[in-house]
Amino acid sequence: MTAIARTDNRQEVLAAARAELPVDIVAFIEDCRRQEHPESNLIAVLHRVQEHFGYLACEKLDAVAQLMNIPAAKVAGVATFYHYFRMQPRGKLMINVCMGTACYVKGAEKVVDRIREELGIDFGQTTTDGVFSLNSALCLGTCGLAPVVMINDEVHGKVTPDQVPALLEKAMLKARQSMEEA
Amino acid sequence: MPSNVMERYAALLAEAQGAGARQEAAGGIRIQIGSATCENAAGAGEVCDEFERHIRASGRTDIQIHRTGCTGRCSCEPIVGVFMPGQMPVKYQLVDRQKAHRIFASHVLEGTPVRDLILDADAGGIHKYEFFFCGAERCGRLLKRNFGEIFRDKLARTDVDPSTIGVVFTNCFGLCSDDQVGTATHVLVRPGKIIYRVTTEADLDEIIESHIRHDRPVDRLRISDHPVNQGFFDLYGDVSFFNLQTRLALRNSGVIDPESLQEYLACKGFLALARVLDRGDRLAVIDEITRSRLRGRGGGGYPTGMKWQLGHDAPGDVKYIICNADEGDPGAFMDRSMLEGDPFSVIEGMMIGGYAIGARQGFFYVRAEYPLAVRRIENAIRLLRGAGLLGENILGSDFSFDLDIRLGAGAFVCGEETALIRSIEGKRGQPRIRPPYPTQQGLFKKPTVINNVETFANIPVILQYGASWFHQIGTPDSGGTKVFALAGKVRHTGLVEVPMGSTLREIVFDIGGGVARNRQIKAVQTGGPAGGCIPAEQLDTPVDFDTLGRLGSIMGSGGMIVMDQDDCMVDIAKYFLTFTENESCGKCTPCREGTKRMLEILERITRGQGTPEDVPRLERLAKLVKKASLCGLGRAAPNPVLSTLRYYRQEYEAHVVEKRCPALRCVALVHYEISPEKCVGCTVCARNCPVTCISGQRRQPHVIDQLRCVKCGRCFEVCRFEAVARK
Repeated sequence: MTAIARTDNRQEVLAAARAELPVDIVAFIEDCRRQEHPESNLIAVLHRVQEHFGYLACEKLDAVAQLMNIPAAKVAGVATFYHYFRMQPRGKLMINVCMGTACYVKGAEKVVDRIREELGIDFGQTTTDGVFSLNSALCLGTCGLAPVVMINDEVHGKVTPDQVPALLEKAMLKARQSMEEA
Repeated sequence: MPSNVMERYAALLAEAQGAGARQEAAGGIRIQIGSATCENAAGAGEVCDEFERHIRASGRTDIQIHRTGCTGRCSCEPIVGVFMPGQMPVKYQLVDRQKAHRIFASHVLEGTPVRDLILDADAGGIHKYEFFFCGAERCGRLLKRNFGEIFRDKLARTDVDPSTIGVVFTNCFGLCSDDQVGTATHVLVRPGKIIYRVTTEADLDEIIESHIRHDRPVDRLRISDHPVNQGFFDLYGDVSFFNLQTRLALRNSGVIDPESLQEYLACKGFLALARVLDRGDRLAVIDEITRSRLRGRGGGGYPTGMKWQLGHDAPGDVKYIICNADEGDPGAFMDRSMLEGDPFSVIEGMMIGGYAIGARQGFFYVRAEYPLAVRRIENAIRLLRGAGLLGENILGSDFSFDLDIRLGAGAFVCGEETALIRSIEGKRGQPRIRPPYPTQQGLFKKPTVINNVETFANIPVILQYGASWFHQIGTPDSGGTKVFALAGKVRHTGLVEVPMGSTLREIVFDIGGGVARNRQIKAVQTGGPAGGCIPAEQLDTPVDFDTLGRLGSIMGSGGMIVMDQDDCMVDIAKYFLTFTENESCGKCTPCREGTKRMLEILERITRGQGTPEDVPRLERLAKLVKKASLCGLGRAAPNPVLSTLRYYRQEYEAHVVEKRCPALRCVALVHYEISPEKCVGCTVCARNCPVTCISGQRRQPHVIDQLRCVKCGRCFEVCRFEAVARK
């Protein structure tokens, strides 16, 4: 009987996958794997990855698949199913225009038109300088303030098209300030 | 040891009440500021900072800031309450930094309220005493005359200045036992949180003589019970937007600090759970819920008791209970508000449900778009684990239970229960065919009960005040209240909780204050993208699950959007179809293809390219999608189309035959003209036109070049002489 040479590269693959992700996410995955139904935490893991990197890059999804022991195709399937996950990098400032019913009847479309005009981008796009990304949200749950525009985590209510240029200007100034501080 | 449970609960309660009493005894001034997402968006954070700065600068140590959830009066936010010891609470609306400064300087420091900033200032002045008479219907029907009215008459015959005393009629307090119904009326007096039980006219005389004229409460008539919405009325009872409501699910929202377990305990929190565990009878709990006729508040309206019974009866040791907080309907935000304003109520309801069906583990499925709600639930779970109210052997009973949060990721279909289960399992949120129902085979293939946030928030109330009380609040088939998110073209937007069976007119006009800007109401849209438009003629329909169904709409989760004559019904149908087409998960063909083709037809119609055949074609397709789709999303997606076709077919026909949009909303079907008579030649329109298609000399009438006009409507908006007409 001759010994069969080990061709299993599992350990190297796992090491490479770990190197792709920040330590806290690796620790979170390992924590999940010790619990019942570890695969049920996939969405929670993807949330963390996106929060860290701003989007879900292909290699990160592969790393998650390896570490969670879920087929990469399934991970990609989940990532692409949910609107919240992005596969492309986004701008520093994320503009979410609420297109919920209340905002819609109160003129959200006109606000969007103005933003499009000002930035030259459409939904799902990022300005060439990488500053603004534009997205539509389906109800941010602040209907009393319709129409609502969210820039990063800040919610602006009762926005009129004429306020748009000042709003964008202000957000940009703030972003620049925080970048300089950092 | 059964008695052990109540003892442990009493100890927790005593501790919480002790802390509250110490705070009250200290006699400090309290500044209350809401801190839910919408309040923060309206600037509550800034206002809070401003008050903190002022408090520091004043060097006072007896002034505290109390942060609560939201009261649901969105259009007046941020709302700030100022509570001076022994005085009536005063609420201020639309507070900003400057107003905060005024309020602090005048009211907090000098004791003079800033009258022009008071919430609904037109509601009257600040009273010395306010009497809230329980105006519950069943009492009103039995009493020959309402004690409140008698009280008012008696008061008018005395020399007491009527402007110093407020008499308010509210909805049911839930204090009467069955033998008292029709003979007693309960009265809440503030300041002082005093509750009287009045049975004779002489009682009223005594109250006037002693309490009003000599400031001595009538101890003989006082009772120590706690009405279900006492905390709420004590703060907001004078505001008509609130006192016409019956706050059960929202009883603590905007009243207590959502991050404080002690405050929740102090208002009878976890009493229902303690009693349930003390009694130790699962079937009795289910029976109570069944008799309350509580129906699922997420939209389906399935009887909660029946669902729990199925969960209880399902074989197996491992079962799960899930709170569906994937509130995705555009226009609905009551679940967010409850989770941000009173997370403990929802958790208590879940725990009772978990106990009843025999689950040890519960899951919250929350939208990732609600970060503050998630933080508040996380905080609540942490506090409960610390207090021994989550974990092993809760309150010393044999019940062990824990909770976990799972975030959604922006898929509307995950509100459907089988899709939700898959999403918690970490999969694509696609629904599957039922049966097996989740109560038979749900999460991880185990029996699972899924209820909505609002359903759970009602559970503690039912078990505290009794099933028969709860069910008489609503209609015969559906007990209790429903929270609606009132928005759109209505004057007072916000959360409205009313008994089942209230009419749309009461909600939109009495509470909502009618249509904004004095426009005509055209329709009310209920149920979000799965619901329909109810025309103004049907406003007197009592609202419950079945009546809305008969009108071609649904209750849904409770979004209620008011529309006026400027809203085009075809455009609204198109809007909702855009939503469902985008959210269709793609699993079954009728929904995936049907919503897409319906949307294409609607887009054609609103672009003015529709043909008369498009209308029946659309209707046929809508009926097919409704019949053949796999899950609730697809089966309900055609409702906006079918209901608008039912009531506003003439609008569709105007679009396809006359190529005209009667509401002047569909851009392709309107054009702008400048009236030569009205135009003064100020050039504002020409300067604002993005495509420079308006020409004319200064002081001469201007003209729009229709060929180049992009119909953006800027000229219409900027003209100060109403010379630009939209036709």
